[in-house]
Amino acid sequence: MSKALLAIQGVKTEFRLGRARALQAVQGVDLSISAGEIVGLVGESGSGKSVLALSMLRLVQPPGQITDGHILFDGEDVMQMSARALSAWRGRDVGMIFQQPQSCLNPVKRIGWQVAEPLLRHEKIGRKAAWAAAIDLLRAVGIPAPEEKVLAYPHELSGGQAQRVMIAIALALKPRLLIADEPTTALDVTIQAQILELLSERCRTLGTSLLLVTHDLGVVARIADRVAVMYAGRIVEEGPVEAMLTAPSHPYTKGLIAAAPQLGQAQGGRLKDIPGAIPDLSRPYAGCAFAPRCELRQSLSLKACDNAQPAPTTVGSAHTVRCFGAAGSIQSEMRVTS
Amino acid sequence: MSLVLDEPIMATPPRWRMFLLRLLRNRSALVGGTILLLLVLSALFAPLLAPYDPFKVNPIQRLRPPSWDHFMGTDEVGRDLFSRLIFGTRYFLLICVVTASISASIGTLLGLLAGAGSRFVENLIMRVIDVMLAFPYILMVLVVVAILGPSLWTGMVSIGIAGIPGYARLVRSAVLTVRREDYVLSARALGASESEILFGTILPNVVSPLIVYLAFSMPLAALVTSSLSFIGLGTQPPAPEWGAMLVNSRTYLFSAWWAVAGPGMALFISIFGLNILGNGLRDVLDPRSGR
Amino acid sequence: MTIPPLLDVRNLKVRYPIKTGLFGKPVDSIAAVDDVSFTLERGETLGLVGESGCGKSTLGRTILALQQPAGGAVMFRNQDVFCLSPGERKHQRRFAQMIFQNPRSCFDPRRTLGASVRMALDIQEMLAPSERDAAVAEIFRKVGLRPEHRLRYPHELSGGQLQRVGIARALILKPDLIVCDEPVSALDVSVQAQILNLLNDLRQEFGLALIFVSHNLAVVEYIADRVAVMYYGRIVELAPTHQLFNNPRHPYTKALLSAVPSIDFTRRHEPMPKLGDPPNPARLPSGCRFRSRCPMAMPRCAEEDPAMTALAAGHDVACHAALTAS
Repeated sequence: MSKALLAIQGVKTEFRLGRARALQAVQGVDLSISAGEIVGLVGESGSGKSVLALSMLRLVQPPGQITDGHILFDGEDVMQMSARALSAWRGRDVGMIFQQPQSCLNPVKRIGWQVAEPLLRHEKIGRKAAWAAAIDLLRAVGIPAPEEKVLAYPHELSGGQAQRVMIAIALALKPRLLIADEPTTALDVTIQAQILELLSERCRTLGTSLLLVTHDLGVVARIADRVAVMYAGRIVEEGPVEAMLTAPSHPYTKGLIAAAPQLGQAQGGRLKDIPGAIPDLSRPYAGCAFAPRCELRQSLSLKACDNAQPAPTTVGSAHTVRCFGAAGSIQSEMRVTS
Repeated sequence: MSLVLDEPIMATPPRWRMFLLRLLRNRSALVGGTILLLLVLSALFAPLLAPYDPFKVNPIQRLRPPSWDHFMGTDEVGRDLFSRLIFGTRYFLLICVVTASISASIGTLLGLLAGAGSRFVENLIMRVIDVMLAFPYILMVLVVVAILGPSLWTGMVSIGIAGIPGYARLVRSAVLTVRREDYVLSARALGASESEILFGTILPNVVSPLIVYLAFSMPLAALVTSSLSFIGLGTQPPAPEWGAMLVNSRTYLFSAWWAVAGPGMALFISIFGLNILGNGLRDVLDPRSGR
Repeated sequence: MTIPPLLDVRNLKVRYPIKTGLFGKPVDSIAAVDDVSFTLERGETLGLVGESGCGKSTLGRTILALQQPAGGAVMFRNQDVFCLSPGERKHQRRFAQMIFQNPRSCFDPRRTLGASVRMALDIQEMLAPSERDAAVAEIFRKVGLRPEHRLRYPHELSGGQLQRVGIARALILKPDLIVCDEPVSALDVSVQAQILNLLNDLRQEFGLALIFVSHNLAVVEYIADRVAVMYYGRIVELAPTHQLFNNPRHPYTKALLSAVPSIDFTRRHEPMPKLGDPPNPARLPSGCRFRSRCPMAMPRCAEEDPAMTALAAGHDVACHAALTAS
């Protein structure tokens, strides 16, 4: 594997709730993204995936705070950057798009200027050249008749078009990393399919790495190279997309895959649900956060699950899982087969 | 059947107790509430608290500075200022309650009708409200007083009427917001009639903004009433109303500062108290302020 | 003589004003539901799918008479729901209930959940007042909650738990029909499965008919007996679930199905549909409304609005191309 473009180690982010309480949104996460790679970060609401994405860019707003960890971008320590270096870095090297494209666009400015703005700010080109570049950028993201659409205001765009414009803005300076937080969740399926295709095509063409934050495994299955599954502030399983979808190891990943009804699945039978709900992240706990909902723990009745954090175990090439039970069962399976 | 988490379920304390708890934790609500409580107590027990008869004229003792006998001094006809201030709380609270209940009751009713009624009713009410708002507040009060003649009651009624548009607009916009909520649609789907929905579901949900507005508008009404007295159109002497007391003593501002300072401070502290109580209530009643 | 269906929707039309004049009179409007007809039998589940703005939620609400139609009729239990006296309507409401998309907003924040559910009994004056609390406790157990949850306020429960209460509130009146408006869309996948299982159990136990409105095709395939696909106010295809998903005939249905991202890794490289941008709902194309995005559009589509026609038993489709092909 090539050298990591972005590598984070042991990142912890918490939100202070009061004098003595804090919500541990991210509880020590290691993750790396290689150049040109598309990584899917999957989790349910409250898993900390969006906070992790913001933490990577040090964009967490108070009362949130990164309390520990290292963030290295191309060997440079992001945690040590001055405010000025940080904002220059964010503008130049990373782009970000969000779930609600309409609310990210300035409603009183023509979209042409909004696309041209990063060019004017970071590249020494004139207004005319920036305007022409904006038209090219809009064409590249599949906006029909871009010469006319540059003059439009955000409210004149449909949701899908607005997201295309956001992608054009985010990729205007050819950043090396794009972070997309639920970019298609607010869109209809037919539009979602197009936006995903566009995102993956643009990133592959520009050589931009993409971190795709989503709750939908189907979205990840479509375009990601690698997947990390997050639960209660930790990454519980990480690996190449094919291995993750066809041979998941962590009971939570398995549960997520089984719980979502799939097209063409036999009808009427019971869906395999995950009983219970996510834990309260403001209450510290010793063991694995998934243990209270875990089937595997019930069947194996492992004591360790309640008392310690599982360490990452390798279960395949570049495929790691944090689970006492899964790692154990794999080993026993290997013993049987060999 | 599906599994239910085995966390223990403790009974939630009743809503009013949660409310009280939060109120006590909020500093400005606490201070404002204490001031209001003191006002109410002194109004209730005025005859016991006041050392002298507030109406008893004593020409020998006129314009005496604060002393052991009259520790806030006396006014231009020798009445004990402290006693008059104590009895003044009755006027102050009376003004607050009367003006607020006139404007709040009529305003809320109009607001509910405008928010939940047909488009015609809404347009009718809101245009009338617009006209009332376009009329300067003080001018409207002056017109009413001029028609009915100057007295404490006409002053209060006119100020009460002048306050109606504010309540009506507040309630209407709150109703419009609440009316769109799913739980209102749900009540309708369950078969509730329009009046059941309006008074059973919508009204309780607009009460919080109403209480906050009440706390803010009461001191304003009291202030305007006092100003009315100040220009001689409100309370008539010898009533110990703070505004009227200010008027009477203003000619002695330089020779007997205490005669002005007493009612002035009383007004200031009372209005300040109600205002910060309003601030506190706004925070306490906001559901987003946590448990 | 045949038994009339539980629900018979006939040529239903609903319009929304988009522009109003100076005195509040609508000047221009869009058709949210445009000439929709279908029937629903007792105990049957109809899935209503389509993208945002297609009118599926409006249709659900209009069936419950929570919205006034611009034309057409809804016969429920042999009565037209729009021609009822207030008393009759209140009685009728007992038999048709609703479950909402967002369980956070469908409960009065100032009432305990027990009180909210009890309100249904109070309004309908079902059971003696002294028996109502026990009935609420019973229904809470039925939806997988504990009776103690009755004392809770909405903000104290998770989304999944609240949706269970939402189901309890609809169920306690023992209705014949429940309109479920995107009941699992606001929930996480793991919780969504719990709620779908619960709904599936309950509809069998209570013999409920469901109208299941959703944008999620996989969820609809899981729960529905028949599925109607809506596009800008019109039902364009209506068929038994198995048939619709395995043999879709309308090009829009086909596009929808192939656009759903699958976690099946083998389908990763299947091409995605290239539909154009959706039309402006105030200015739909002439003739067939899907024409502007349709890969199979032909001249006839611009002139003639295709009507729903039976292709096979119970399989109706509104498309010129599909009809000529068969």
